[in-house]
Amino acid sequence: MADVVTASELRQPVPKLELRNLTVARRTTGEPIVAATDVSFEVRRGEFVCLLGPSGCGKTSILNVLAGLDPATAGQALLDGQPIAGPGPDRAVLFQEPALFPWLSVRANIELALELEGVASPERAERTNRWLAKVHLDRWAEAMPHELSAGMRQRAALARALAADPDVLLGDEPFGALDAQARELLQDEVQRVWVESEGRKTFVFVTHNVREAVVLADRVLVMSAAPGRLLEEFRIHTERPRDLDDVLVTRVVSEIHGLLMREVDASVAREMAR
Amino acid sequence: MSRARWLAKELGPPLAGIAGTVLVWAVIAAATATNAIPSPAAVWDAFVDGLRDGSIQNAAVKTLIRLAFSFAVAVGIGVALGFALALNEFARRSIRPLVVALQITPFVAWVPLAVVWFGATERAVVFVAIVGSFPAMTLATIQAIRQVPPLYERAGRTLGATGWSLYRKVIFPAALPGVVAGLQQAWGFAWKALMAGELVVAAAGTAGLGHLLGQPDQPVPTLLAALAVILVIGVAVDYLAFGQLDRRIRRRRGLLIET
Repeated sequence: MADVVTASELRQPVPKLELRNLTVARRTTGEPIVAATDVSFEVRRGEFVCLLGPSGCGKTSILNVLAGLDPATAGQALLDGQPIAGPGPDRAVLFQEPALFPWLSVRANIELALELEGVASPERAERTNRWLAKVHLDRWAEAMPHELSAGMRQRAALARALAADPDVLLGDEPFGALDAQARELLQDEVQRVWVESEGRKTFVFVTHNVREAVVLADRVLVMSAAPGRLLEEFRIHTERPRDLDDVLVTRVVSEIHGLLMREVDASVAREMAR
Repeated sequence: MSRARWLAKELGPPLAGIAGTVLVWAVIAAATATNAIPSPAAVWDAFVDGLRDGSIQNAAVKTLIRLAFSFAVAVGIGVALGFALALNEFARRSIRPLVVALQITPFVAWVPLAVVWFGATERAVVFVAIVGSFPAMTLATIQAIRQVPPLYERAGRTLGATGWSLYRKVIFPAALPGVVAGLQQAWGFAWKALMAGELVVAAAGTAGLGHLLGQPDQPVPTLLAALAVILVIGVAVDYLAFGQLDRRIRRRRGLLIET
């Protein structure tokens, strides 16, 4: 079931991630464009949250601030109560494109993540093999990234992101460029990894795909059109693994769809009125 | 693919180019019939004579030793300087124009200066070759590093790469194809600069291939034979060393379209 979350429901003292009145400008060649404005939300440890919104609403900019790749223009972004100063191996990122290093084999890409984390060589090999098996790429370990399909590449990127055992996984529309089958497979794998972590890992994914958000997340934060604000939160209580045809899932999906359509209409009307 | 077919595919086009050139040359030589344009056969005879008396081999060995040394030094300087300038904006903006200035300085302009500084010696010739080729290597390295897609840098940073490890593990490997292109350019420049140096600085013991070009009493066929040797070595090294290295790197990264 979905319902609007109230502040009193968030009882944990220090959230894993927190945004306080975050405003973030997108870097452009000309005037900076405000991508998202006055966004506040908390993500508890072990939660799976999806940021959902029309394109240009600043969800990727927010994610980049959480990753520590870009600074906040105003407001604060906190990790475990501390301001985020830069990227760190405690927060892995799945990018829109797989971002595997093309000069390294699949295995070497994963091993590099462990090496940068200071994992000793024999353990590196062992953990790499474990992750290769987890994402079903054992047979492709020695392949170069360009030899893989798009879905396999994103699976390898998932293994690379998670190999060093980060607390947080940030996903920037990581399945946006995949075909339907590959996307479903990856959604399943991501859910499995998250469930297996038994509340230790916090996932924040950005998407414009309503069904994807509802299938993946505990909470879906819906954003307005640019400049993005938080419109509403939806809680998804359905058991995992979730079925896209599940009645409850379908109902939340159409509810969010309706909200987004009204938002897009309103923003178009605002544009026309100018 | 069978070995014979591979060879035909590999060597067919360049051999066709050479054959065509020689053919056009032979036609022009026959049509003009002057001493200034000797026929390919006359040049071939001069080449064989040069091999017999050992002058071509001796000169080639001397030149290649110099070239190997100069090229290695130029690449070392160029990669290190290019890397430093790519990383530091202040240094880049203050020093890059000077490197560009060196790059557009004609090689011959260095020769008199080199002779003043080092005398008509081995060192003068090597200096000209180094100063003529390291700017190209430097500029190519700067370019290669600045063209690394930001996505790789961002991915590297989220994986925990910082400072030196980011450069060593991510930026430099990502820039490698551009650095190899720089090797190819620097190789061409080193060759040309060395020939300019050898051509002018003709003291005892410095006689290389360039020297064979610079003797006023040299018969034209001998001169052209020396020039042909220079070109063949230059092209062969470019093709066999850098060309193959470039293809291997690009194939590994999926940047080479196989036909």
